Amino acid sequence: MSWEMVIGLETHVELSTKTKIFCSCTTKFGGEPNTHCCPVCTGQPGSLPVLNQTVVEYAAKAGLALNCEISLKSIMARKHYVYPDLSKAYQISQFEKPLCEGGYVELSNGKRINLTRIHIEEDAGKLVHQGNTVMIDYNRGGVPLIEIVSEPDIRSAEEATEYLEKLQIIMRAVRVSDCRMQEGSMRCDVNISLRQKGETQFGTRSEIKNLNSFTSVAAAIAYEFERQAELLESGGRVVQETRNFDADTGMTSSMRSKENADDYRYFTDPDIVPVVISQERFETLKNSLPEMPDKKCKRYVEELGIAEADAKLLTKYHKVSAYFEEASKDCENPKTIATFMITQMFSLITTESERENWSPTVTAAQMNELMKLLESGKINRNLTKRVFTQMLESGKPAGDFLSEKDLAGFDDSELEALCRAAVAENPKSVSDYQSGKEKAIKALVGAVMRQSKGRANALEAEEKLKAIIAE
Amino acid sequence: MNKIKDIKHLLEAREASCVEVTKQFLSASQQENAELNAYISLTEETALKTAAAVDKKQQSGEKLLPLEGIPFVLKDNIATAGLKTTCASRMLENHVPIYDAAVWESLQKQNAVLIGKGNMDEFAMGSTCETSYFGGAKNPQNTDYVAGGSSGGVAAAVAGGLSIFGIGSDTGGSIRQPASFCGIVGLKPTYGAVSRRGLIAYASSFDQIGPLTTCVEDAALVFDAIRGEDPLDMTSRDSSAVSDQLTGDIKGLRIGIAKEYFENLPKDLADSLQQAIALYQSLGAEIVPIEFPMLKYSLPTYYILACAEASSNLGRYDGIRYGYHAEKFSDLEDFVCRTRSEGFGEEVRRRILLGTYVLSAGYFDAYYHKAQLVRNSIKNQFKTIFESCDCLLTPTVPLTAMKSGANLDPVKTYQTDICTVTVNIAGLPAVSIPCGFDSKGLPIGMQLIGNQFSEALILNTALAFERETAEQYIKTPDRGVKL
Repeated sequence: MSWEMVIGLETHVELSTKTKIFCSCTTKFGGEPNTHCCPVCTGQPGSLPVLNQTVVEYAAKAGLALNCEISLKSIMARKHYVYPDLSKAYQISQFEKPLCEGGYVELSNGKRINLTRIHIEEDAGKLVHQGNTVMIDYNRGGVPLIEIVSEPDIRSAEEATEYLEKLQIIMRAVRVSDCRMQEGSMRCDVNISLRQKGETQFGTRSEIKNLNSFTSVAAAIAYEFERQAELLESGGRVVQETRNFDADTGMTSSMRSKENADDYRYFTDPDIVPVVISQERFETLKNSLPEMPDKKCKRYVEELGIAEADAKLLTKYHKVSAYFEEASKDCENPKTIATFMITQMFSLITTESERENWSPTVTAAQMNELMKLLESGKINRNLTKRVFTQMLESGKPAGDFLSEKDLAGFDDSELEALCRAAVAENPKSVSDYQSGKEKAIKALVGAVMRQSKGRANALEAEEKLKAIIAE
Repeated sequence: MNKIKDIKHLLEAREASCVEVTKQFLSASQQENAELNAYISLTEETALKTAAAVDKKQQSGEKLLPLEGIPFVLKDNIATAGLKTTCASRMLENHVPIYDAAVWESLQKQNAVLIGKGNMDEFAMGSTCETSYFGGAKNPQNTDYVAGGSSGGVAAAVAGGLSIFGIGSDTGGSIRQPASFCGIVGLKPTYGAVSRRGLIAYASSFDQIGPLTTCVEDAALVFDAIRGEDPLDMTSRDSSAVSDQLTGDIKGLRIGIAKEYFENLPKDLADSLQQAIALYQSLGAEIVPIEFPMLKYSLPTYYILACAEASSNLGRYDGIRYGYHAEKFSDLEDFVCRTRSEGFGEEVRRRILLGTYVLSAGYFDAYYHKAQLVRNSIKNQFKTIFESCDCLLTPTVPLTAMKSGANLDPVKTYQTDICTVTVNIAGLPAVSIPCGFDSKGLPIGMQLIGNQFSEALILNTALAFERETAEQYIKTPDRGVKL
């Protein structure tokens, strides 16, 4: 039988505001347990939440970047469930009127994964297991989150991971989250069901909770696909339930079924007034959005002539594209810089986190300075390459590796003298060229380059040599 | 009865030091508490420290702030860092908060002298003070009767001459009803007029902190000291000072009388209120008959919404971070269940269950949602009413204090809140003032309800009555501090 998988994702993204969503505690990751806490985020009796307006702005930015409709008035609601890491026995979230509705993420093949909504909520604390003891760390309690809910538009594990990658790139581009799955600042729940290809009705779904890496997402989807297909093919039926994924075994297991599902008893949080964004603030936010990575990538390809693969790499990390743009400021040929970055820098800076934090030894300003020397003809490409390698190794500016002579440029009389010397010293090459071996001129150019220690312009040298031989 | 200005006079005339006055109130409180059970705890050390500071300031010749050196009682659901705040519950029997409530901050800035934490119904849920884990407070006018609830202990301390003023909280009448039962003044301010930060929540969209005092002017003074916008309470709002607006002149004032409030009223109460209405007319007020057909929906609306919020607010008491926790348990769920079953009293459990039910899937629309719609209708009805009159005059409670230990049926007890809950539903200000005594000599209270942020207007209306009746409805207790 031929099954089609239908997937919807719920993605939690931690917003990188300095303080928590309802109090002024720091959101810093880590720290001694229960040191980033106060009466509000530990739910002390009588404490009241005050909504951090930066959270609203970050969430609205995320929504705008994902093409959502932003509600200028939205409502915070209480979602009730009992778990020790949830200090108030309810999570402050949004239910009926979320901040963002609609929107989409476009995959590289042009397919759009539509979004249902994005809402603001608070994170819970963490249980820490030590032997037979369970302890609770509330440092993460009250860290701001957005939950991005997709429509069931995803049809494969590949689409799911590409969707998540796109989300990650976009969230980083608008600087609202670092989206580090390994630190839990991006987490994902997968809703998956199967149906016969061509069928329009949805099958019964299972929900796999709290996946914290792209590989887990892909593996969980693959496992669920197999499990559900086997069930259905053997005449069984899928139970609507919540499942856990074990990254070690690659298997999912039942957590709770729908019959035991939580009744969250949502209602408007009476402690928090409606979230209102004025038209003016909305316009300011909209105008503050940077160029989106996809658009930037397209521009690099179409306007700068950069190869698509290179453009993708440059726009994947917002710090890399910012570096590239600073380094190529007022340059005639940014493509050269792109090539330098891809060939030389990316081969040195290899891990995702290094690339994400992009801080190479050569600063963008130093790179820009070097490129201007090349473009003004003061140094040639070979010399540029050599100097760049030295800069990368040392972190020192270009000037440190160029002598006065290097920078003095190469005047015509010096070039003429070197060319004449080369012609005089290589009669064999001269006669070869004269007898029609066009390539023999390259040997002469090589000689000039060697003598000039790479400072001569090879094209100019070739012209000059040809003229001398023709005399 | 003792007023703020009496203490002020003593201190300013140097007839007594603040420490001496404080010691008097502390010892009277200590002595009388055995009978009245007005306080859950006395805060002697804090009181004497503040008093010493006041004396020092006085000696340096500095002018005293309006509440400086005035002994007062704070309801025990208001957080005081380092001082037990129990909510009259076994759940928080030994709970010591790590932060101060906004009102306590304000009163500390004033150097008001905290005598003790006032007894109350458990988590402010009750109308008799008898759901208190520590036993109910007695009515100082007649100790066979309850002080009322939920701020019963606060009312008893003030009416019993053990504190000059009290700070209570009012979710459905918890300031006005005990004030009425004990024969004192109780002001429930506009929702948001006083910060709720540090008030242990019962029903957040109804809860409001306010003063209980022996006279109208004191209510205004205390209100002025605690009102104002608090950036840490998103629902709080700023308002203007009221004490300097009190003239006692009510000529031309339009007082609305809604007959629905007067139905089935016992004769003593009906007579007292009629006399009050007649007095207002003689003072130049215009009496405007109005209708309030929504009144009959107010009790179910209140109990559905308040219990829903309570079930949510009280979910945090799981024995993990603070408060009572079960000793014997099999697993986490059992631990939480036992903690809550053992830690909460019957009335609190009843309201949590009721609130959980009305929020549950399948019942939400029929109960919670519908009650929200009725709440909006009631708000709108008040809006219309205040187009034709400036304030409403009603009974505070359709009865006088009940006998202690009467153990009324819960629904019957809820019904006694009929006159007070509408005010909380609509977030309006209201004041209860004494207006008579019943055949047993128990105080009768009259309620004046105003439009949002019309505290000055209703207090002024109350003041006119108080002046005219020359305190004949105020009975000085035969106990407490004699200045």
